Amino acid sequence: MNLLNLIKTYHYFLLIIFFDVVITVFYPGTGLAIFKYTAGNFAEMLSIIPPIFLLLGLLDVWVPRETIIRYLGEGSGLEGIVLSIVLGAAAAGPLYGAFPVAAVMAKKGTKYSNIIIFLCSWSTLKIPMFLFEMSALGIKFALTRWLVNIPGILAIAYIIDRLIGEENKAEFYRRQMANL
Amino acid sequence: MFTLLLYLLALSGLLISFGKDRHKTRLALIKGWKAFTNILPDFAVVLALIGIMLTHLSPHTIAALVGKNSGFPGMLASSIVGSITLIPGFVAFPLAKSLLDRGAGIMQMAVFVSTLMMVGVVTAPLESRYFGKKETILRNSLSYVFSFIVAIIIGMVVGA
Repeated sequence: MNLLNLIKTYHYFLLIIFFDVVITVFYPGTGLAIFKYTAGNFAEMLSIIPPIFLLLGLLDVWVPRETIIRYLGEGSGLEGIVLSIVLGAAAAGPLYGAFPVAAVMAKKGTKYSNIIIFLCSWSTLKIPMFLFEMSALGIKFALTRWLVNIPGILAIAYIIDRLIGEENKAEFYRRQMANL
Repeated sequence: MFTLLLYLLALSGLLISFGKDRHKTRLALIKGWKAFTNILPDFAVVLALIGIMLTHLSPHTIAALVGKNSGFPGMLASSIVGSITLIPGFVAFPLAKSLLDRGAGIMQMAVFVSTLMMVGVVTAPLESRYFGKKETILRNSLSYVFSFIVAIIIGMVVGA
């Protein structure tokens, strides 16, 4: 990739960094804090993301589409729903780690509503987070939130599935097929 | 800890795969790398934005915002802060706890924690890149409304 292409691909990012530099010139304290946090974010991302993409590549190559369709595809029913919740809750890491995983799930034929259930579970049911929440805010608080979230996630997934529209759904699957 | 587990899983997967089929393993690595570089430009934007956010919305600022408020305006304020910030759980939970100890309402803290986890304004561009605009708007707004329901129920259960 040549330099021009690189600049084109990262133009939004470069724009923000330019903005940060301008801030640093006028307000060195604030600017340096921004760079410190940004660097920290990159460090965190780069420490979590590599194994996820490595596993995704392996999953893509080794797990046949038929297997995923059987467990998570159309007609997977209650089993597919439970499995989607478990997969999301078992995850560690920020929500942006869920997006590429969802993309591979889509590519392999996972039902749309199950993908949304997985995404929502990842965002809010994470077991590691739950343990931490329990120790900080108490068992009652954490457990209530966790239990209320399960029907909530199912409702949200159902509503999105009904409202999203067939074209949007088809476009989503088409994009994931093209991406990997 | 969990990251370590993830690494162990990925590395053992890689080794097993390599032992079984070198060609397929090569393909898996290429696919993983391609998926990563495909999304990196958007990732970089989000991480840079979070850097700016974190600088201006420190735990101190948040405490000033939601600690003094009460009732529905307090919930609204904490839900907005929760929606736009991306504070890791190990900072957010103790923060909520310390605010509770200083007199913040349980529902304000519940809506804060819930929106923090479920609603992502800063990550919306990235979500949109994968899922499309409509899904992103639907999921985030439904999660936002749902966070208030969660907060009210937690208020009833824990507050009672």
